[in-house]
Amino acid sequence: MSGVSQDTAVRTSAVTRTFIYVVLLLFALFYLLPFFVMLVNSLKPLSEITGGNMMALPQEWTIAPWLSAWSTAQIGVEPTGLKPYFMNSILMVVPAVAISTVFGALNGYVLTKWRFRGDSILFGLMLFSCFIPFQIVLIPMAMVLGKIGLAGSVSGLVLVHVVYGIGFTTLYFRNYYASFPTELVRAAMIDGAGFFRIFWRIMLPVSGPIAVVSVIWQFTNIWNDFLFGASFGGQSQPMTVALNNLVQSSTGVKEYNVHFAGAILAALPTLFVYIVAGRYFVRGLMAGSVKG
Amino acid sequence: MAHSAQQVDIRTRLQDLIPKLVLSPSIAAILVFVYGFIAFTIFLSFTDSKMLPSYDLVGFENYAKLWNLSAWWTAVANLAIFASLYIVICTAIGLTLAILLDQKIRGEGMLRPIYLYPMALSFIVTGTAWKWFLDPGIGLENTMHLWGWESFEFGWIKDRNMAIYTIVIAAVWQTSGFVMAMFLAGLRGIDNEILKAAQIDGASNWQLYRRIVIPMLRPAFMSAFVILSHLAVKSYDLVVALTGGGPGRATELPATFMYSYTFTRNSMGIGASSAVIMLMTIAAIMTPYLYAELREKK
Amino acid sequence: MRGFCGKKMSVVLALMASTTMAQAEDVEVLHWWTSGGEAAALGVLKDNLASQGIGWVDMPVSGGGGEAAMTTLRARVTAGNAPTAVQMLGFDIQDWAAEGALGNLDAVAAAEGWDAVVPGALQAFSKYDGHWIAAPVNVHSTNWVWANKSILDGLGIAQPKTWDEFVAAMTAVKDSGKVALAHGGQAWQDATVFDGVVLSVGGTDFYKAAFVDLDPAALGGEQMVEAFRRMEILRSFADDNFSGRDWNLASAMVINGEAAFQIMGDWAKGEFLNAGKVPGQDFLCFRVPGSEGTVSFNSDQFAMFNVASEGAKAAQATMAADIMSPAFQSAFNVVKGSVPARTDVPNDAFDACGKQGMADLAAASAAGKLVGSMAHGHANRAAVKNAIYDVVTAAFNGEYDAAKAANELVSAVEAAK
Repeated sequence: MSGVSQDTAVRTSAVTRTFIYVVLLLFALFYLLPFFVMLVNSLKPLSEITGGNMMALPQEWTIAPWLSAWSTAQIGVEPTGLKPYFMNSILMVVPAVAISTVFGALNGYVLTKWRFRGDSILFGLMLFSCFIPFQIVLIPMAMVLGKIGLAGSVSGLVLVHVVYGIGFTTLYFRNYYASFPTELVRAAMIDGAGFFRIFWRIMLPVSGPIAVVSVIWQFTNIWNDFLFGASFGGQSQPMTVALNNLVQSSTGVKEYNVHFAGAILAALPTLFVYIVAGRYFVRGLMAGSVKG
Repeated sequence: MAHSAQQVDIRTRLQDLIPKLVLSPSIAAILVFVYGFIAFTIFLSFTDSKMLPSYDLVGFENYAKLWNLSAWWTAVANLAIFASLYIVICTAIGLTLAILLDQKIRGEGMLRPIYLYPMALSFIVTGTAWKWFLDPGIGLENTMHLWGWESFEFGWIKDRNMAIYTIVIAAVWQTSGFVMAMFLAGLRGIDNEILKAAQIDGASNWQLYRRIVIPMLRPAFMSAFVILSHLAVKSYDLVVALTGGGPGRATELPATFMYSYTFTRNSMGIGASSAVIMLMTIAAIMTPYLYAELREKK
Repeated sequence: MRGFCGKKMSVVLALMASTTMAQAEDVEVLHWWTSGGEAAALGVLKDNLASQGIGWVDMPVSGGGGEAAMTTLRARVTAGNAPTAVQMLGFDIQDWAAEGALGNLDAVAAAEGWDAVVPGALQAFSKYDGHWIAAPVNVHSTNWVWANKSILDGLGIAQPKTWDEFVAAMTAVKDSGKVALAHGGQAWQDATVFDGVVLSVGGTDFYKAAFVDLDPAALGGEQMVEAFRRMEILRSFADDNFSGRDWNLASAMVINGEAAFQIMGDWAKGEFLNAGKVPGQDFLCFRVPGSEGTVSFNSDQFAMFNVASEGAKAAQATMAADIMSPAFQSAFNVVKGSVPARTDVPNDAFDACGKQGMADLAAASAAGKLVGSMAHGHANRAAVKNAIYDVVTAAFNGEYDAAKAANELVSAVEAAK
């Protein structure tokens, strides 16, 4: 775990540097374009969208679509907007992210510092679980949730997301802890420290960067999930399902400006997490997953 | 004396057990919810399940039907095109951006989140914007025409032979920033002394990267490859949001195929058999990686 | 002692609470009318039920014309907690009934006299094995053409009565530089157009032989080749940019005067009305030329699932009765653009197109010319429907010529049967 080094040995000429900036800015434009389209069109009246240029700035600026998407748009039989669904998503995401991260940390700790025969195989099994297409687990999952009485509840959704998130969180923490000097753990053991004490006192304090990676990854995936939310959400449908209900009207008039405003609203929490925690993200990745 | 020795013995045995106890809930959950469900799917693929699971076995009939469907072949061929382009382009862009961004760029703190943010958004959110952007009637082509470039043409999404490439563009847009972050992390982890030593030996920038830096990024390449290939195989909402599998069924991928046969065409048996083939593909990609990864750590 | 008493009291109270709960059951409704006017229209039903002391637990899941909702439904049924009522189309209802998942509405149907007022072609879906299992909300029909009146007037084109006149009209529009046919290239839209075209070629007998009986002679015969030829002609009148376009954007082309015609179900009317257009003055609605007198329909119904308690059954029956009440049928369908599922509802509240739709439905039903829409799953099961979609879409996008398409249709249907 060497520190981040901003210093680079490579020297470049002024021409090359200009070229580099141009390339970087062009890519920035490419990445921003869809967001620009959404933002600009969410601030126009509907007539300007259907009759005009999607790249043009609004002739008449309006925030009515935003207000509508948030609090008055028809979602199902209730004209509630996305507001109530926001809380549903939070209630699901926070515990699911927390639990799967804690399990990931403990698993990673066991798999690197308390190794036993066959642990690699167990880890391989967990890792492979990251890669199953979720569509295939839908029906058997419904059976199991029905049997244990968690169908259509927030707890059920949390369970599902924890189960399918553990593989990734374990992978992150395991690779991170692998580069942590085992001697320190050995020394603590000889001093008589137990399993949890070592975890609490030695491992946890250095886990910040990788915890950020794990939280960002899990938060994004769980917040954006539609399939599980629609199938197992019951009365506590998450934001994505509500957004889908808003934008996918079957045979009704499509209010694109409201749709775009709603889409940005639904994406705000993940955007917030990326922008606030983004700087730690690279650092965490560096210390963890990519060092193999 | 004997008594306390026994106590110590119990303590150490308990200590030995704790790690396994800590691991066991995760293992149990994975065995049931992943491997149990995979077994269930394999079982379904040998039954005549239609709308709901059925328990009448029909042998390999579903597999025979599956490989007779031209749409399945299209889906498999599309996946080959899509996955190879997607992985190569994402890796290339990610690496390029990471190297450029590593040149002490002013405003890196601004650019990095811009490159990364698409990963934060699902295609339920950005699908419509992309669809518009690619649509020649209202999107890029139309805008270029309005700006005076009359001969500009960009109608790939309407073209049966080209539509799959628009899926690649959108997919690259979503994940290449993430790959950039992985490479950037890898670059920042390289010891500068090695580079300086090579420079004293007279290596040019190009040689420096080709001979020293890129080989040292091997772990980052491996991680990128695994993450990208699993995203490619799982790609679903992207296709649904952009083309709905069209024009015609030209952009069907195995994941959309599986979903539509299982849930909308009421042919759960065929859907399950396509899922089994997908899983086998993933296993074929993953097993060598896992093997290498786990052996290295021993 | 006091503590004990308190405990006992609260147990009694809890018991009382649970019995009252059982009497005033809620209905949980899974549907995909999730936004805009149609969701508001469904709100009328919710308010009706509320006034009778029945709560409405909403379970909206939209996407892909109900596909996402059907996936959710499967998860719910597998988990053992099916909703009370589920919006459903055509053969899905029969499939769920065959699984034994649906309840029985015979009592309320007999009390309200549904047998007499619901067209027989609809009953084929609302009944399984002779028992009522679903309450139809509306009847949509798919063989409509929507036309911009000012374009037609400007070019001196009268409303076309035959296929040849229709082609001549479209040619005139195309020559004038406008788009003749506004179309969205999505499989279901291609198929919706195909409904009308097949009816215009061979009438209801041919339509039924091909799409309902799946007779290979009809599916691969000369008439089917002709139908595909007409699709090629229609394709040549669409603009180059039709692929993947949403149907309502195609409607907008007609509304804005960019295009003259759109072939689409009657839900398109909502777009016109919403843009402030008046039927008869600004836009015209007429049957696909050559298919007058016939109606290809699809009907949204609420399938009623098995519920355990008596209270829930009572609530379910009340909901079914409310759906079928003439007042709700009128109020809902005025908004939705469709026509009532029962033929005895007064047409006062409907506009010109709505009135014509109601008259057409009654006439077609009486003459036996009411057929289920293939495109919307009312002619055959999902597997067959999607097989036909595949061929129609491939042909429309130029993958097959007409003769090859008819051949492919035979083998695709055979494989999916």
